[in-house]
Amino acid sequence: MSNKEKKSKGISRRKFLVRGGLGTLGVLAVGTYVFRNPLRRSMLEMAETMAPTYMGSGTEPNLWFELTKENKVIFHSPKVEMGQGSFTSFAQMIADEMDLNIDQITVIGAATKTGVVDAMSTGGSLSVGGLWQPLRELSATMREMLKIEAAKKLGIDVSSLSTKEGIISGGGKTMTYAEVANDITEWDIPDTPELKPMKDYKFIGKPVKRIDLNAKVFGDPIFGLDAEMPDMLLAAIIRPSVVGAKFKSADTTKAEKMPGVVKVVLMDDWVGVIAKSYAQALAAKYKINVDWTIEKRYTEEDLRNMLQVGKGNQSITQKAGTALNSNDNDVISMEFTSPIGAHAQIEPNGAVADYNNGDITIILSTQVPGATQKVVAEAFDVDTEKVNIIPTYLGGGFGRRLNTNHAVQAVQLSKEVGKPVKYIFTRKEEFQHDLFRPPTHHIMKGKLNNDGYLEALEHHYASGDVAVNALIMPRILTSVLGTDLGAMRGGQIMYDKVPNHRAVQWHTTLPFATSWWRSLGLLANTFAIESFVDEMAIRAEKNPVDFRLASISNEGNKKRLYDVIKLAAEKGKYNDKPVNGRAMGFAASTDANSPAAHVVEVSIEDNSIKVHKVTCAFDCGVVVNPDQVKAQCEGSIIMGMSGAMFEKMTLEDGELTPTIYGPYDMALMKHAPKQIDIHFIQGADIPLPVGEPPMGPIGAAVSNAVRRLTGKRLTDLPLKLS
Amino acid sequence: MKIAFTINGSSQTVDIEDGNTPLLWVIRDILDLKGTKFGCGKAACGACTIMVEGEEVRSCSYAVKFAEGKKITTIEGLGTPENPHPVQQAWIEEVVPQCGYCQPGFMMATAALLEKVPNPTDDDIDQNIINVCRCATYYRMRKAIHRAAEIKNNSNS
Repeated sequence: MSNKEKKSKGISRRKFLVRGGLGTLGVLAVGTYVFRNPLRRSMLEMAETMAPTYMGSGTEPNLWFELTKENKVIFHSPKVEMGQGSFTSFAQMIADEMDLNIDQITVIGAATKTGVVDAMSTGGSLSVGGLWQPLRELSATMREMLKIEAAKKLGIDVSSLSTKEGIISGGGKTMTYAEVANDITEWDIPDTPELKPMKDYKFIGKPVKRIDLNAKVFGDPIFGLDAEMPDMLLAAIIRPSVVGAKFKSADTTKAEKMPGVVKVVLMDDWVGVIAKSYAQALAAKYKINVDWTIEKRYTEEDLRNMLQVGKGNQSITQKAGTALNSNDNDVISMEFTSPIGAHAQIEPNGAVADYNNGDITIILSTQVPGATQKVVAEAFDVDTEKVNIIPTYLGGGFGRRLNTNHAVQAVQLSKEVGKPVKYIFTRKEEFQHDLFRPPTHHIMKGKLNNDGYLEALEHHYASGDVAVNALIMPRILTSVLGTDLGAMRGGQIMYDKVPNHRAVQWHTTLPFATSWWRSLGLLANTFAIESFVDEMAIRAEKNPVDFRLASISNEGNKKRLYDVIKLAAEKGKYNDKPVNGRAMGFAASTDANSPAAHVVEVSIEDNSIKVHKVTCAFDCGVVVNPDQVKAQCEGSIIMGMSGAMFEKMTLEDGELTPTIYGPYDMALMKHAPKQIDIHFIQGADIPLPVGEPPMGPIGAAVSNAVRRLTGKRLTDLPLKLS
Repeated sequence: MKIAFTINGSSQTVDIEDGNTPLLWVIRDILDLKGTKFGCGKAACGACTIMVEGEEVRSCSYAVKFAEGKKITTIEGLGTPENPHPVQQAWIEEVVPQCGYCQPGFMMATAALLEKVPNPTDDDIDQNIINVCRCATYYRMRKAIHRAAEIKNNSNS
């Protein structure tokens, strides 16, 4: 386990400031930039282990907390809430260290103008782990600050004061936090107090209900597309349907005469329609004829020619022992593929923007408020501070909103009409201008020793961009000597006892944008590796679970993987005889230092694969909220099934298709397993990534079950029987 | 043209140029009820599901002119935190939502299903609840649908 996060400094007095005029008490703190050592080896290790590190935004103090007159705390979160439940975990941490109840805490996404936003993004399953140390330290410091002032006001020694539910008591007297903070202008700031031991926490480690549950059950207007500004107009944009098409000219005469249309805007590479209502903007949009310059209409065949092992930029990302000799007759080799995947988050992208003499305000669903602020400031040549990005709750993130540069178009439209404008993507735009999960091609090679165990295992894989060319990260972090660190996720061989193993990446930038999709390369890479390892076990006539365990060290950090494999097999009854007509499938993965293993129970019904039950063993270290970690596992498993069994975008005559749900086949209610059991192992003393790692094994586990049922090895995603 | 209907128990008249405007946009942008969501605009995802005369309707593909004289219910009219509908009660008990965007559509579809099928089987649920949830909260949703039926039937007896 990496202990990098332990080296992070506490929130020292120098970094802590208090400001009046924001409710009763506004607490500001300076972000701590922990990330360092951009050397290749540690970069690759970082990508492997993803030690959660909060990357604060620089050296200026930023607002973290407000304490209101009603004795409530508002936490301005540097991370956004996109369903992963981090806001609830943050509230648990604050409640425990500040001695508050959960309902005394409100969490909102920090706006760039007033709060601290994570310099990288909300993603990588790093929110809870990343804020684990700093947020508890800030909360404990605030509690102590309040006690110091209460001691002065009550004339009691601070050591005889106690705190509970936002009230300070001692010597028979009590004061609320708000009463203490009222009229204090000069605060004494103590050194960072020692944090409470885990056993004393009342909320951390408990299944606290999501703090946004009521808002989401009663339909509150909390999402980006729900936002409004006074006097706002609505807009639609025309983008090309054909990959790589360039705007030539447009006839907008008819559109300009359509009801409600305020202005049609012709830009260098897009056309915008601004109207009084969205329906009117859309109706006018469809009356515009655009001429595009189309140099080439790409097809699936072009794609497969571009993207294959042996083409593009080669990098060896893992190497132990010697490489397999292709003339060796004992080498077994298999090929696997995965298709282009769409994010298909249900809330379309969009933004409400106001351009007011160089002051810019944008409300939107984004995983990258900081990066969006920079892009907009550059586009309109204004200082960064002039751009305020207000993030809302996200109607799904999944990596799609790690690039929200469409904010620039919304601002441009607002500038054109001198009023706030809300721009909304159509679903077709979503499907054709997604930043797709790249297609992949894999060649697995392996060799058994005389005892029938793995002597060599190699993963050669080709992928489009994931981290390379991404908006959010400094170039050094996306690519080290040409390796795409996102495509690499799950691509390394985790079987450390196999004496000869290696992973070789072939990276190609495709003619359409590909990028982050929940778990990045993990789903496809694990599908290839774990399908192949299963196949090798079958050829060696060994139990696939025992076969795997024989190749993993039962010590050090690898013991965590060893343990989840054993636990999943035991709890999922992998070795028991299944119900007639069903078979068990097994697979495991280690992503972002959180190992997961699944046993699935599968049958074939009407020539399609039916998953009845999934048993998952998962080690994500400290579980801050067991109910929500389970929810993330359930969601990851079913979304992973969707990606592995149904979803596929194709290139037809230059267009990415399909462009609507339904034809873009996804897992629905009827496909969801009727039983999902999650078992935790705590193999680390900090919270490790949760949202993505449990997705890893699902595709391979299902495919391995199908192999047992039918004797047939499926090698392409989505998994289809014929 | 003027179109009159009842929404969440109150009478409304909207004045709109084009009677073919999807009811979704009237609900969201004229009546300012933002709980009904835009997802695809083609009745393919169900995020915009409401009830018209107790029937499940995907409002993105339902012209406002057809709402004349009808009784409409949106998520805001289903229940309140103080007095939740059995479906909302069950959704809270099972902690169903993740990102939450598609959830009003699912809850409306479930409420409509329970009106017709008070005790839905798993098969009834599979056949009738066909909205799309990208967070894939289906596992908890199924439990919540069964639980909602139980709450509803208990309160009726």
